[in-house]
Amino acid sequence: MYTQGLDQKDAKAEGRDAVDSAERLTAFQARIDADEKIEPKDWMPEAYRKTLVRQISQHAHSEIIGMQPEGNWLTRAPSLRRKAILLAKVQDEAGHGLYLYSAGETLGVSREQMVDDLLTGKAKYSSIFNYPTLSWADIGAIGWLVDGAAIMNQIPLCRCSYGPYARAMVRICKEESFHQRQGFEIMLTLCRGTDEQKAMAQDALDRWWWPSLMMFGPSDKDSIHSAQSMAWKIKRFSNDDLRQKFIDVTVPQAEFLGLSVPDDDLVFDEASGHYGFGEIDWQEFYAVLAGNGPCNRQRLATRRKAHDDGAWVREAARAHAEKKARRAAA
Amino acid sequence: MTDTEWPLFEVFIRSKSGLSHRHVGSVHAADAAMALDHARDVYTRRSEGVSIWVARSSDLTASNPAESAAFFDPADDKIYRHPTFYEIPDGVENI
Repeated sequence: MYTQGLDQKDAKAEGRDAVDSAERLTAFQARIDADEKIEPKDWMPEAYRKTLVRQISQHAHSEIIGMQPEGNWLTRAPSLRRKAILLAKVQDEAGHGLYLYSAGETLGVSREQMVDDLLTGKAKYSSIFNYPTLSWADIGAIGWLVDGAAIMNQIPLCRCSYGPYARAMVRICKEESFHQRQGFEIMLTLCRGTDEQKAMAQDALDRWWWPSLMMFGPSDKDSIHSAQSMAWKIKRFSNDDLRQKFIDVTVPQAEFLGLSVPDDDLVFDEASGHYGFGEIDWQEFYAVLAGNGPCNRQRLATRRKAHDDGAWVREAARAHAEKKARRAAA
Repeated sequence: MTDTEWPLFEVFIRSKSGLSHRHVGSVHAADAAMALDHARDVYTRRSEGVSIWVARSSDLTASNPAESAAFFDPADDKIYRHPTFYEIPDGVENI
């Protein structure tokens, strides 16, 4: 899911690939096959390094941008307790972004470069964060569905071949379950409330269901890079497998809430034990990825403004550190 | 340093008294004191630590993985350093 938009090939990387000798590649693949972890200074094919830099940085950007749709409701959460909880969740997302930027930096790319790529619009982030949060119920839907989908994707990543990324994922997964429970608890409270509250919950599910399914990305048969990522154990399960698992697990939860999933083709197949489901509108997915979702421009503008507005803090910190150092030396 | 590129610090945390510090990740900060605050804010939100060390990444020296075999070679054939090398007859206790 953090590889959305990685299908554009990089000409410079192709040139470097030719230099990676067949012998080194074979030895590297043998390490991967033996389930060894690749650590920062280990030899790795240029393509491996490059694909990880993009996936990890896109993952980090997703966490940071993801703070916005939920941050939108901080001042309007229904109680002080819910404000404190939502604040903790949003702070966690910032922290997740930081763990991931740290992991990215171990591959030789600077924080400044990654941040610049986000601010200039060059880097992508998960499509899901380009949708608006229109009601308090959206905060419940996001925690339950979006964090739920993220967990589905992140647990296998805990076993990815690159050490720092895998370790960051372990840390993130521990924190992510609070996020999903927070979301589900909001939905539960609304569904057990007034008719208007339940309708608000249903409306949120109606708007977030399909975008959440799109988070897993298109079918792997449509992506030539999936096979390489699987061979290098960066990707452990196919997009379709993860999406199916998410649906199988989430539909019973929706039923418990008394909500209906907005898919007329949803049907449980006794024989396979899986839910059949309707066609995803991939046009919408590609449109959002290309920058034409409901909130793309707003998300980037908000991030740029926050970065610019914070410049004085960074300068002040730098000046203060230099002043302290001069005083200590004197 | 530019206003966006503070130096990088590696973060080590002792999760509880009696255990060693373990490497958990990194933070950028203007100086070491700020790095400590940042490390606490990022890596101990759930009381994961009783002690934090931060060290500038540029101060860390690491062994070269490409030379691991040669670098660690001296110990490989000195199996007599392991207790299992020594045969203690049956009947001898507490050794």
